[in-house]
Amino acid sequence: MRIFDPHIHMTSRTTDDYEAMYAAGVRAVVEPSFWLGQPRTSPASFRDYFDSLLGWEPFRAAQYGIAHHCTIALNPKEANDPRCTPVLDELPRYLVKDNVVAVGEIGYDSMTPAEDTALAAQLQLAADHGLPALVHTPHRDKLAGLRRTLDVVRESALPADRVLVDHLNETTVKEARDSGCWLGFSVYPDTKMDEERMIAILRSHGTEQVLVNSAADWGKSDPLKTRKVGDLMLAEGFDEDDVDQVLWRNPVAFYGLSGRLNLDVTGTETTHEGNSILRGVPREPHEPLTGSGTPARVTPAEA
Amino acid sequence: MSHPRTTPTARTESAQDAQGARTHTGESTPATASTSPPPSLTDLRDHLTTHLDPPARTWLDHALDEAAAHPGLHGPISVWELRLAEAGRRCGPAHADAARVLILDAARAGTDALTRVYFQGTADERRAVLHALPHLVSGPGALPLIEDALRTNDTRLLSAAVGPYAARHLTAHAWRHAVLKCLFTGVPVDHVADLPRRAAGDGELARMLADYAAERTAAGRSVPEDLYRVLDLTESVTPAAPGTDHPHGKES
Repeated sequence: MRIFDPHIHMTSRTTDDYEAMYAAGVRAVVEPSFWLGQPRTSPASFRDYFDSLLGWEPFRAAQYGIAHHCTIALNPKEANDPRCTPVLDELPRYLVKDNVVAVGEIGYDSMTPAEDTALAAQLQLAADHGLPALVHTPHRDKLAGLRRTLDVVRESALPADRVLVDHLNETTVKEARDSGCWLGFSVYPDTKMDEERMIAILRSHGTEQVLVNSAADWGKSDPLKTRKVGDLMLAEGFDEDDVDQVLWRNPVAFYGLSGRLNLDVTGTETTHEGNSILRGVPREPHEPLTGSGTPARVTPAEA
Repeated sequence: MSHPRTTPTARTESAQDAQGARTHTGESTPATASTSPPPSLTDLRDHLTTHLDPPARTWLDHALDEAAAHPGLHGPISVWELRLAEAGRRCGPAHADAARVLILDAARAGTDALTRVYFQGTADERRAVLHALPHLVSGPGALPLIEDALRTNDTRLLSAAVGPYAARHLTAHAWRHAVLKCLFTGVPVDHVADLPRRAAGDGELARMLADYAAERTAAGRSVPEDLYRVLDLTESVTPAAPGTDHPHGKES
């Protein structure tokens, strides 16, 4: 089972997680920029974070045979903090980078005027940079939040088929589906979706344009939830092609809209037991990861 | 089972070449060789002209013309800096380093511009700036970039940092630590430019290597083969080819 986790915050995870993810079949991840639990106090803090998403984190992922891309944005929560909003002016510099495959996470948290402004501005940035957008739907007042989100998307320069609305559930999936957007589901241990409910949604709404993610971060979450959904799909009568569509081909197609997806893990230099992140691991090379005809680079035309 | 990648497989070819990528390891990093003289800018251009597919070659030709016509700072982000950012997806990962070095050269980027694009760059862009230094900066003014890269644990940056610019300008102390860091992180010392000359007769480096070997042995761990290679080089008392531009002959 090959797995592309289209939404996971690896910055908050350990190398044990990378190892377990690889063992479970994860070969590619997208890490959306988000808030870190602790509020930031300046754009400089965002810059360091973005640099990490474009530097150290892909290096870490590559050491474990996993291709790492990111999405860049001012997140909805911190869009309300005037100490942070100046980072909007710096986003264009990041949105041209090779490893940036979408603008995100953007969207609503508390549905404030400041969030309206940041969402609209960043949808425009996505359109300007030829990037799709990853749009988070709010935890509170979710259905109203989805409707307002879809209204802003409709008013934007970005077509709905270049937008992924994430953290959907039973109450929001139908309207999201009708909008023409891609559908994202975050499977969590306690909140958001769980595996069984995900299966029910796949039964009623199909596998087309559906992406499943672990959204694992610094909270209670599980980076192997993608695999658990795949296993349950098979147990519940979906076939391997369905699983591959949801867990691999759909995320490849959505992020491939950027024209910047490169699923070939860049080789990294040898390490040994020393001052590196690979302390004490066996020195064995990976087998080729993309030998099954997977396109290493996906252009919009192919996606 | 999961085994983290531990060999420099450099599987960086584009889709069409993915199956045979391992055979391209050598030519994917034309700017890093150290045992032979580093490639000149003309070599890099010739290499890309031969190896890029036609759309990428056209893109690069255009990018280089643009950079030459509009160097310096223009607006929020200069056009040559945009081209620098997108070179990976335009030319493919295997040729991105060389393409970026050529763009930096065409834009006549000096120490200030190189410093800015380094610190505003992704890891890939930073690596390209490090490769560009020996071509574009004559004095030690860009050493802070080398020092920054040597502080990281990203082996892609470390291997680029120990190139000819570091060989020319790093102080003896910093250079010894760079060599030791290569051994720690598994960067092959083949990447260390001018290694025989700088290591020759360096008793302090020999002591550091011996201490490191003793530490590994005491812990029941293997000693990297490269360590003995460098140790042998330190015992040579006659530098292979004394550089006239070697400014720091003693511990700093």
